[in-house]
Amino acid sequence: MTAYHRLPASLLAEPDPFDDLEVDGRAEPTGGLSRPRSVPTVGEVAGRIRPTVLAVDRTLPVLPALAGLFPGGLRRGTTIGVSGMGARSLAMALMVRATAAGSWVAVVGDPDLGLAAAAGQGLKMERLVIVDAPDPTGWGPVVATLVGAFDLIVVAPRHRVGAVDVRRLAARCRERGSVLFHLGDGPWPGRLDLRLVVDGAIWDGPDAGHGRLCSRRTVVTASGRGMESTGRRTELLLPGPDGTTSGA
Amino acid sequence: MSGTTTVDAGVRTLVVRCPDWPLTALGVGPLQPALVLASGRVVAATPAAREAGVARGQRLREAQFRCPEVRVLERDDSREARRFEAVVAALQDVTPWLETWHPGSCSFGVKGPVRLSGGEANLVRRAARLASAALDDLVGSPAGHPGCGIGVADGRFAAGLAAGAADASGVDGGGAVVVPPGGVPAFLAPLSISVLERPALVDVLVRLGLDTLGAFAALPVADVVARFGAEGRDAHRLASGIDGWPPPPGPVPPDLAVSVAFDPPVERVDQAAFAARTLAEVLHGRLSDSGLACTLVLVEAETEHGERLARRWRDEGVLGPGAVADRVRWQLEGWLNGPPATRPTSGITTLVLTPDEVVPATGRQQGFWGGASAADERAARACIRVEGLMGPGSVRVPEWRGGRDPGECLALVPCVRRAGDGSDVSAPAVLAAADGPPWPGALPGPLPAAVHVDPVSVEVRDASGQMVAVDGRGVLSAPPHLLLSPPGPGGSVARGAGDRVVAWAGPWPLDERWWDPERRRRSARLQVVTADGAARLVVLEGGVWRVAATYD
Repeated sequence: MTAYHRLPASLLAEPDPFDDLEVDGRAEPTGGLSRPRSVPTVGEVAGRIRPTVLAVDRTLPVLPALAGLFPGGLRRGTTIGVSGMGARSLAMALMVRATAAGSWVAVVGDPDLGLAAAAGQGLKMERLVIVDAPDPTGWGPVVATLVGAFDLIVVAPRHRVGAVDVRRLAARCRERGSVLFHLGDGPWPGRLDLRLVVDGAIWDGPDAGHGRLCSRRTVVTASGRGMESTGRRTELLLPGPDGTTSGA
Repeated sequence: MSGTTTVDAGVRTLVVRCPDWPLTALGVGPLQPALVLASGRVVAATPAAREAGVARGQRLREAQFRCPEVRVLERDDSREARRFEAVVAALQDVTPWLETWHPGSCSFGVKGPVRLSGGEANLVRRAARLASAALDDLVGSPAGHPGCGIGVADGRFAAGLAAGAADASGVDGGGAVVVPPGGVPAFLAPLSISVLERPALVDVLVRLGLDTLGAFAALPVADVVARFGAEGRDAHRLASGIDGWPPPPGPVPPDLAVSVAFDPPVERVDQAAFAARTLAEVLHGRLSDSGLACTLVLVEAETEHGERLARRWRDEGVLGPGAVADRVRWQLEGWLNGPPATRPTSGITTLVLTPDEVVPATGRQQGFWGGASAADERAARACIRVEGLMGPGSVRVPEWRGGRDPGECLALVPCVRRAGDGSDVSAPAVLAAADGPPWPGALPGPLPAAVHVDPVSVEVRDASGQMVAVDGRGVLSAPPHLLLSPPGPGGSVARGAGDRVVAWAGPWPLDERWWDPERRRRSARLQVVTADGAARLVVLEGGVWRVAATYD
């Protein structure tokens, strides 16, 4: 007959979505000065046997109009803040090419997101999942679950997010290669790898009662790590007359 | 059909099938019109309701149209399973090798018990007597249930159909159809092709003019495989009276059973079911490591006092982890809620899952171009996890609906749907294509990136400070000059003293569903650009302007 084995306690409890992260969310130190070389840590061994990742797999494709902001594409594992009037349009435009290439998008807690506009931008709607706003205590675990599985996650928290949650999410993004977008001007208690600000909107089309909203000329400024101190600027039609985003 | 194929006769099987079990389990007799609904579709209906035209698969509205007085009940699978346990327990007197297919039908191999009972006729009578006695006990009176049908044939597929064809109100409350050995092809030939329960395949076959199993079975196997692949081959085998899966698999590798010991003993079904889910995943992992899938699983539970309950569960598809976990839950619920004589007296200490019959797993090939990719599966799993954290309906996907307002074109539908038999969770729903002619009167694109769920009311004033109105012909009373959010909490879309309007377009009047007094809507839409560069869609409806959307 079968030898019965005891049920490990972990089977009865819901697994912690963060349990696969290092303590404190920090990556293992790579410089070996403080540690004798002869005793490799688990992290080092894991690093050595990790499969090779090609550079092209470390980025997600973006529209040609956005190539000025993202030369080479959207780096996986980064956290990006998008704010200003037009933030939603810009976030959608950033994700269009990636969804076409098979990435999934999860939007957490933004009930106002205009789905028709997203479809008009060219976002692949069959890879878009909308998650209701979790309550503040459950926000961290829900987003962490999504970060492991979706390439692109858009969050628009309406509450004050804890600094611990933010740090862990950023670490998890780095580890799993997901890109987390923080939408809007709300506080984000942690460092964002990149901040995008949409500014200077000029609408083309309507006049005193005739015409219609046709296109919007905007200036998008990017600033963040590994970028020149002045940041990068690009002019975009966000959206253009056909609903998609193009260079101005 | 030229040439004779050797028909490997299936195992001679007796099937006991309780018709309309979802209704009997809910305590509804056959005489009153009633139906059971799952996922918005009719899954069972009483004979009285069927006479009025209610059929399986209909939507509620259609069923109510045909039979307005019908009683509508929601499906309750755990109750079905709990109550069916009484029937299974009664039939254990005939043989311990009883296999439950799903609540409402079970089967066993005839070969062994037939010797004990002295002939097939006696065996059928005995099974019918035991099952209908159990049903009488369960419901209280013979009139409260439609009895049970018994079918005997070579092979489970034919036996199941024979049981369905048996007139349940026959002798001893249990009618029987016995297909003589070797008579399966003749029995199946005149039956409708739809009994294969493969809707996509059946649809094609019917259009090809093959509307009976006999006509399909007469096709050469090679041609069927060439045209319909593995699914066609399985269906062809069934139609020819050969049991569905390829030749009986060899013995089950002995080291596949998984077990779990509870210390302290588990007193509640949900705790045990939770552990069962994990255990089922372990089992599934072991099976798929060996390239196998399980079609029959033995679930054994033992209590602290040594009481044991072992039941076999069969599924003609393949039992996934979710399906196994559900069956464990059903079995334990049935045991704990059974008659006092058989109810366990203490907590459960051990749970063992043994795969009793395995088949080579056909597996799933991950997509190369198109099809389900690893990313799709990861996303689907995460959706299920998140829904588990947040509750049903919290994770949704867009579905194309069409409409004139930007908020109407795409609706959100829950992405995790329970499959019809309540066993497994399907992946996010597929989006219907948005092809088709444009809606006349729809808002011109580009569409707003923010559509407000709770539109904030706003005041649109003209240069003289008067409220702007739209007359019956769709003409503005004066050009809008100022957008003013009303005082009070809530509104902060239009800021401060008001935003000066620098450009505007419209109004576009809208008069929708004028034939429907409930859902009729009359409004006028205006695109407004204010001095800060923000563009908004303001809608006048019922004399109040609201910011319906923002061009974010």
